[in-house]
Amino acid sequence: MAGAAATPPGVSEAVFADALNRFAGVVGAENVYSEEEDVALYRDAYSPLWDEREEKLASAAVAPASAEEVQAVARIANELRIPLYPVSTGRNLGYGGSAPVLSGSVVLDLKRMNRILDISERDATVLVEPGVSYFDLYRHIVDNGLKLWIDCPDPGWGSVIGNAMDRGGGVTTGAYRDHFGSHCGMEVVLADGDIIRTGMGAMPGANTWQQNRYGYGPWVDGIFSQSNYGIVTKMGFWLMPAPDAYLSGTIAAHRHQDVIPLIDVMNRLENIGAFTGYPQVGSPVLFQAGAGAAPEELEAQARASGQPVWTCRLQFYGGRKVNEAQWEYCQEQFAAAIPGATFQRGEEYDLPLTPEQAEALGTEKVSFGIPNLGRFSIGARSEFNDMPTSGHVWFSPILPRTGEGLLAAQKVLFEAAEQLKPYNLSVLPMPFANWQRTFIFLINFPIYRDKDANRQTREAFRKLVKICAENGLGEYRTAPAFMNDVGDTYSFNDHALRRFHERLKDAVDPNGILSAGRYGVWPRHLRT
Amino acid sequence: MSMTKIAFAGALGCAVLAGSALAQQALPIPPLQHAVPSDGLNAAQMRGQDVFRTTCEHCHGPGRGMPGTSSLAVKYQDTAPAIPALIEERTDLTPELVEFFVRNGSGAMAPYRKTEVSDDQLADLAAYLSRPRP
Repeated sequence: MAGAAATPPGVSEAVFADALNRFAGVVGAENVYSEEEDVALYRDAYSPLWDEREEKLASAAVAPASAEEVQAVARIANELRIPLYPVSTGRNLGYGGSAPVLSGSVVLDLKRMNRILDISERDATVLVEPGVSYFDLYRHIVDNGLKLWIDCPDPGWGSVIGNAMDRGGGVTTGAYRDHFGSHCGMEVVLADGDIIRTGMGAMPGANTWQQNRYGYGPWVDGIFSQSNYGIVTKMGFWLMPAPDAYLSGTIAAHRHQDVIPLIDVMNRLENIGAFTGYPQVGSPVLFQAGAGAAPEELEAQARASGQPVWTCRLQFYGGRKVNEAQWEYCQEQFAAAIPGATFQRGEEYDLPLTPEQAEALGTEKVSFGIPNLGRFSIGARSEFNDMPTSGHVWFSPILPRTGEGLLAAQKVLFEAAEQLKPYNLSVLPMPFANWQRTFIFLINFPIYRDKDANRQTREAFRKLVKICAENGLGEYRTAPAFMNDVGDTYSFNDHALRRFHERLKDAVDPNGILSAGRYGVWPRHLRT
Repeated sequence: MSMTKIAFAGALGCAVLAGSALAQQALPIPPLQHAVPSDGLNAAQMRGQDVFRTTCEHCHGPGRGMPGTSSLAVKYQDTAPAIPALIEERTDLTPELVEFFVRNGSGAMAPYRKTEVSDDQLADLAAYLSRPRP
């Protein structure tokens, strides 16, 4: 199968050729990609539709180097009705990569816009362009000896802006783990080529663009995330001042029902700032007993193996004495709420880490603001896996941050796995606390260069979306192949939210040229 | 006059040392470790090494948490003669092979677009990884 679409839907070859010529006039011919071998590089390497008729393919790509060039490209595309699909670094693998949602779109590749425009240790802020990756920002901080940390997702090659716009999460402190929530100020090019700055950026001469995110009047930043209303060309973020010391500690709870006070206390302690890092709830015996084991089985397994039923690992960033006091206080609180709880002091570091300490951390480097790609060992060849995958897509529903909510959601997933047995789902859902008020599950669906296997994966994924939604568990983010499916589940009042999204779409992008179909929002002429 | 010069140089030397110690102390996070030093590389190979360090090393570098390296270690564990898991240490790579994998990917490794690794950068990278060894 070809790796590129011929032309955008509804656009003649002559108009398309004219558009590409005019794009080349803006960005230079060397930054317009229309040869099939170049355009094929924009395929989503993790696509569950790989090589099938429905695979989402670009028709061309154009790579501007500045916001002004983005404006000029948008004006041309708007005039000629050429669908554009902006990507930042194009590494959103598992959630879509660099391929468009609408086949035939021209990918607007912002990777060349890779400047760190302003960074302040004093204010702990940064202003970046979309092509800046977590690795780029990390390197800049290290090279300049700045006492700043970044909060990165597991894979560090992604765009700081792109991840925030897709509402990704990280693993340091609550204020920074929510990547969209830690942004401050945007510059956005609209479909007609106009350009806006949000928050204090709207006031010429204000030097508080990265300090106050709201400015004056309706705050619009949110509508540009997981959407298709504009092209973000600059974005500010709050960074974490580098702490002086790190400590971790783990609470072990030995009865199944302890999960309820365990999570309640964890939530309270995080929300009053008694611990400052990413909390991790686990169950060593659940992994051993397998999906769906009864509480009594888990407790018996725990007694037999000398392990707890539940664990909660806390992390502390700050000064050594403060961390000590916080850990002591946390232990008191858990001990009072959970009879028989035991405590294990964990890793302890004076910061900054030495290179040897950092090296020994492996993928845990992210807890210290150090980006890496260790997580891409998922599905890779290993001594336990002689059938490496060609990628994965994530099924990632939001669930309550309570013990009852966790147990109920696990039951839904266990029963779904049973119901979907023919698909051979491997489901052992444990909660991730990247966002401060909810958990998510992260369930990996492997992708292969095998159409039958991928077809099965898509069917199972779609069934799981429905089953979870029937139980109030909604995906927080998804790959293009499933964006409509997930959008359908957010259906309150006859899909009133989607209808509102569509009204916004029609108002800000009446010709529907930007990222058609992204997150289930389609322009008028493509709605079914 | 010469005394002044010496004194000035000494003071500057102290300042440089102090600055360097400060920079070390201020460094919030350590630099990545590299497998191969830059000694003896020609200009293209040096540029290629830089591409390797910015783009490939995060998966194919030495140490823990390197999916590319650990995957290749398993792939080549029974190969005779032995093939190193670290691609920087391999002596059997051709420029064509390097270019193929960068533009086509392999398994969970996605291909690299030309805005990420340009054709010129890829030629440098290929020159670095296929360089003749003593």
